[in-house]
Amino acid sequence: MQLNSKIPAGNLPDKWDTYRSTVPLVSPANKRRIDVIVVGSGLAGAAAAATLGELGYNVKCFCFQDSPRRAHSIAAQGGINAAKNYQNDGDSIWRLFYDTIKGGDYRAREANVHRLAECSVHIIDQCVAQGVPFAREYGGLLANRSFGGVQVSRTFYARGQTGQQLLLGAYSALERQIAAGSVTMYNRHEMLDVVIIDGKARGIIARNLVTGEIERHGAHAVALCTGGYGNAFFLSTNAMGSNVTAAWKAHRKGALFGNPCFTQIHPTCIPVSGHFQSKLTLMSESLRNDGRVWVPKKIDDRLKDPSQIAEEDRDYYLERRYPAFGNLVPRDIASRAAKVECDAGKSVIKNGHAVYLDFSDAIKRLGKDTIAERYGNLFDMYQRITDENPYEKPMKIFPAVHYTMGGLWVDYELSTNIPGLYALGEANFSDHGANRLGASALMQGLADGYFVLPVTIGSYLSNEIRTGKIDTNHPEFAKAEKTVQDNLNQYLGINGKTTVDEFHMELGKVMWDKCGMARNAKGLQQAISDLKGIREQFYKDVRVPGTANEFNPELEKAGRVADFLELGELMVRDALNRNESCGGHFREEHVTPDGEADRDDDNFMYVAAWEYKGMGNEPALHKESLNYEVVKPVKRNYK
Amino acid sequence: MKITLKVWRQKNAKAQGQLETYQLDNVTTDMSFLEMMDTLNQKLIKEGKDPVAFDHDCREGICGMCSMVINGKPHGPLKATTTCQLHMRSFKDGETITIEPFRAGAFPIVKDLTVERAAFDRIIQAGGYISVNTGNAIDANATPVEKALADQAMDAAECIGCGACVAACKNSSAMLFLSAKVSHLALLPQGQPERARRVLNMVKQHDDEGFGSCTNTKACEAECPKQISVTNIARLNRDYLWASFTTQNTKEKNFSM
Repeated sequence: MQLNSKIPAGNLPDKWDTYRSTVPLVSPANKRRIDVIVVGSGLAGAAAAATLGELGYNVKCFCFQDSPRRAHSIAAQGGINAAKNYQNDGDSIWRLFYDTIKGGDYRAREANVHRLAECSVHIIDQCVAQGVPFAREYGGLLANRSFGGVQVSRTFYARGQTGQQLLLGAYSALERQIAAGSVTMYNRHEMLDVVIIDGKARGIIARNLVTGEIERHGAHAVALCTGGYGNAFFLSTNAMGSNVTAAWKAHRKGALFGNPCFTQIHPTCIPVSGHFQSKLTLMSESLRNDGRVWVPKKIDDRLKDPSQIAEEDRDYYLERRYPAFGNLVPRDIASRAAKVECDAGKSVIKNGHAVYLDFSDAIKRLGKDTIAERYGNLFDMYQRITDENPYEKPMKIFPAVHYTMGGLWVDYELSTNIPGLYALGEANFSDHGANRLGASALMQGLADGYFVLPVTIGSYLSNEIRTGKIDTNHPEFAKAEKTVQDNLNQYLGINGKTTVDEFHMELGKVMWDKCGMARNAKGLQQAISDLKGIREQFYKDVRVPGTANEFNPELEKAGRVADFLELGELMVRDALNRNESCGGHFREEHVTPDGEADRDDDNFMYVAAWEYKGMGNEPALHKESLNYEVVKPVKRNYK
Repeated sequence: MKITLKVWRQKNAKAQGQLETYQLDNVTTDMSFLEMMDTLNQKLIKEGKDPVAFDHDCREGICGMCSMVINGKPHGPLKATTTCQLHMRSFKDGETITIEPFRAGAFPIVKDLTVERAAFDRIIQAGGYISVNTGNAIDANATPVEKALADQAMDAAECIGCGACVAACKNSSAMLFLSAKVSHLALLPQGQPERARRVLNMVKQHDDEGFGSCTNTKACEAECPKQISVTNIARLNRDYLWASFTTQNTKEKNFSM
């Protein structure tokens, strides 16, 4: 299979403009006769559905929650990057592009990332026009703060709830189109298969989660905006319902999966407290603007009251190792550094792992009120969960799975290798390489949804104006529907002894231990056989109560975990194949003398795009080589 | 900890429901309330019984999906806390906890503790937006917004749309939810062009959905997990009155608050 990334010719800064000006258009009269399905209603999905509706397409939008406003984008805390240079601190589209490429450890496409940086400035304009209440200065203009991996202040924010406010903006635009009749919304619906006819995506099979009814929906194009797959680890900062199912069904139907092993472990999360734990909670990266990360220098001090540890006995290890960026190094580097300290025995909690994130200097410097204004809701959240007051005691934090840079392989137009099937936002692999910089996920979701897909989809749909309505009586719809029904009946029929959650926990433990913050060939090989065992056991012994014809959350979970069990193996295989360290992918065999990721550009400067070959069979690897025409890849240096 | 639970069980919207009693013996204080519910469900599944259906997703207090009336209070005993943020350390060993769904005519029960809140979406569809198509926007800093107004707009915009205000209200009024959205947009310069029609249309939709009237008991504010203030309802009432006297044909004035 030849992968065509469809990157437009021309100079890097001109590519997107040239593309936009020359892409085929669909006339308003024809748009009315074209149906588009958008699966997911987060930043990418809601923005795409609303914008396609505004343009005049007939849109159907699906979400599994009870309202599109619940999508997990809502939980993003810290902010959204944009190259506005309102702070006059030297920012530019070029600099945001460069920071993102470098942050991703040179494993992303230049053209995609440059387009992202270009779109970033329009996103802020659009959101402010929608009424998103970003933080402002007394002069009435927008405020900014800094995030990891950059030396400018380009992050726009709405207290610690930036994702919420951006999503509510996109949601309101979506609701406006629903009221206008251009978008039909399907709440509490889960996509369980994509229908391919003559090689093109022609619709989906969805389950109405309230009644259990299986529905066929035809369309000329399908856009998957279904988020990331961090829940393969069981414990992550993702919402409980976040899943890979839509993307995985597309993968099973032939869509390639790009860089599945690229997982972001976020450095500042509340540590695990017990075996009953259902999820982990993030403490925003913005806290590292004012918080200082440290552990005691002496192992004997680790459980001592931190206020009793003298300044000279503390090791502010990020400031020590990375003086240029200090506490604001990128996430992969901060996470790994925390692991190094805890592996050396310096964890500050008795059972498990944690380091301190300390605000006492900032409180002394700025006063408690200023800190409360900046981070109050995060401090409250911390106190509620841990029962400790972070104004008085340093926070205890540890890395946790947060985001997945990998996802469905897409070309420059955000199209998968299946014509008519698109993937946006976290669901695709495209913009963040091997590590995503903070405040860039919101940027990418909205860029894809508001500004990219509505343009690029024209190049495909302009050839669909003569197709006519998609017939959902086509045998491919019947076949896909039967597969869905058979799967549901299979889960219900096993009637074993082990619950879905127990399998999910087992999967998560293998993934975290062997495919987490540090990976090696031996562990990864072991993981492949472990996962095979868990998967076989799942199909022999899972217990799913109830029936398929009712509201049955356990049945929903069973399908999602079944897909995670397959995806887990693909992640492991990808991690095994990528015999180098880069970004968040850290192979213990490849470490520089000073403990950093040792990249191998000669052999691995490519996107690994995997083709499904059946459950339990080895997938086929396709490579898209990455050509750096403008940026010269060098060793990442934050020192 | 040992806990006794009395949980509302109802098979679907049409079925009769009743409280069922369950015992849990190995609850720990560090558990979140929903993790306690997970433990109950694991036990029920193992016993071959039907697990309790409840809505939840982000489990960090922002998505608005979780609900439940716990010992008579929406989202339980703690102020400014959603059910998913509640921990078992807020309860005593041996305590009996009663758990019911958010009850309101406009929130039909799906199953057990899960209710349908699509009425909130329809209220937003009636006008809870600024009509700006993608690509229409001017530079974000072209319109300065007084910081105090931006902060107040943010205070209102923090509403998570969970519906606790409705569950807390003896009239099942959604005025706090409605007024939070009306205020958020009315406080900002971008919200002015549609200000009058927005409030009229959204109030009409609120009433059409079967939500009751506000009689100023402030129960909603007391139970709101995001501490949305009832001053938003006052602002809504002033805007509604002003808008009612303004017709499409007269020149709309910028109504200063």
